[in-house]
Amino acid sequence: MKILVPVKRAIDYNVKVKVKADESNVDLANVKMSINPFCEIAVEEAIRIKESGIATEIVVVSIGTLACVEQIRTALALGADRGVHIQTDAELDSLQIAKLLKTVVDKESPDLVILGKQAIDSDNNQTGQMLAALTNMGQGTFASKVAVADGQVAVTREIDGGLQTVSLTLPAIVTTDLRLNEPRYASLPNIMKAKRKPIETIDADTLGVNLTSNVSLLKVSAPAQRSGGVKVADVAELVAKLKTEAKVIS
Amino acid sequence: MSILIYAEHDNKELKSETAKLVHAASQIGEDIDVLVAGHDCVAVAQAAANISGVSRVLVADASCYEYQLAENISGLVVELADGYSHILAAATTTGKNFMPRVAALKDVAQISDIIAVESADTFVRPIYAGNAIATVQSSDQLKVMTVRASAFDSATLGNAAPIEALTQAHDAGLSSFVSAELTVSERPELTAASVIISGGRGMQNGDNFALLNGIADKLGAAIGASRAAVDAGFVPNDMQVGQTGKIVAPQLYIAVGISGAIQHLAGMKDSKVIVAINKDEEAPIFQVADYGLVGDLFDILPQLEDAL
Repeated sequence: MKILVPVKRAIDYNVKVKVKADESNVDLANVKMSINPFCEIAVEEAIRIKESGIATEIVVVSIGTLACVEQIRTALALGADRGVHIQTDAELDSLQIAKLLKTVVDKESPDLVILGKQAIDSDNNQTGQMLAALTNMGQGTFASKVAVADGQVAVTREIDGGLQTVSLTLPAIVTTDLRLNEPRYASLPNIMKAKRKPIETIDADTLGVNLTSNVSLLKVSAPAQRSGGVKVADVAELVAKLKTEAKVIS
Repeated sequence: MSILIYAEHDNKELKSETAKLVHAASQIGEDIDVLVAGHDCVAVAQAAANISGVSRVLVADASCYEYQLAENISGLVVELADGYSHILAAATTTGKNFMPRVAALKDVAQISDIIAVESADTFVRPIYAGNAIATVQSSDQLKVMTVRASAFDSATLGNAAPIEALTQAHDAGLSSFVSAELTVSERPELTAASVIISGGRGMQNGDNFALLNGIADKLGAAIGASRAAVDAGFVPNDMQVGQTGKIVAPQLYIAVGISGAIQHLAGMKDSKVIVAINKDEEAPIFQVADYGLVGDLFDILPQLEDAL
């Protein structure tokens, strides 16, 4: 079977983001970019399914500027087989991304699509579910365990009260949560090998998808800072303050 | 403006998020319907009808909605969508699961996790794990949004809105429920508790979390954990407070043995009063705590339990 893994180029998770002085957006100039961590978990899961003998091919797709090729190469170095780069300079929302991904799904006919549950920049948590709706597939979101067998995938999901397992008929969509796996590091020989793996480039404008978003960003501001309070000497003083000053316990 | 709110529930009881969403919706418009989709969920519908400001409660009671599978729920909500200007669901794992499907099927954007309503088309939401706050405006005819319930007060109770039964049963046939492992606890849920006591890596192991039990009992508190404590295997993930766990805003938050990583702060910094107990006086948690107590938690916790 074939697995499609969309990956997003996003700010590296170690970078502390700063808001621009004019509040137009965050400042991403000269900031380190990486594969979004949840997408990296998706790549790892696809590789593990392939290593278990169930999958035969992993196609990784990224949408955005020419720079996204860097993240596709990273995924190829980890173990994906080939890449698709949908090139555009437009700022896209999840809906446009999902529509572009649908064109790839239509062409590649994967049995399983694995995505990160959200990107750590926009924090939307939408693309996988939207792609599932547009392709009329079942979805297993926030996965902490994925088991493929007999034309079905059982997905154990991290939900608010604990865990829920659902069974989906393939083809299906899975989105990853943090505890699904721990991604590997790419070895030097695999990084070299990845340079020879094929990447197909497609101009987003040729795919017949309306790329304009109906949501506009008016302002980006820094969050309100909470200032530190006082240090108390002991438990007695703490309890007294909570009762009489903060009045949060009685 | 006509607003549809998806009720958060477990077929037995209505969750506290729903009254908060009604309050959020009242800042958009006055015509507010609540949809209860589930199975054998009569009590939930009655509770929803009691929330002030609700015009109508729509109940879709069918076996295909019992586990609120996204494929089935989205079909139902899409069918109801015409006639509404806004559809709201809580940004819980239920709302996050089905709402983007609704948005995509209606060919509109979704605005996720809003924390404030500026006007009927302009909303505020955190991005970059809460390190930046975006104000966004939507020109879509239908606004599909998830709401961070902890950012809103609850609507009051004391209403008797009419309850109407829906007969549509949308079974997409794409997915089926297999099993659930739900945490059984006598304590309040993290997202609904007015007091939370959380342990971090400083607890050293899972057994030591029992030290929090007595205090939680006396305060009627929920027990949470930092991601470090979850990753170390001390406690299950559904106890996690933080950007990748639950976002909470209780009256009192007590952080025990938690250093205060950005991703934890993103989940609790909107608490009214924060108490930090940590042996490292340089720990970043003290920079956000209203009251800090430096010391060994294994000495302090028994003292605190006795003092309450």
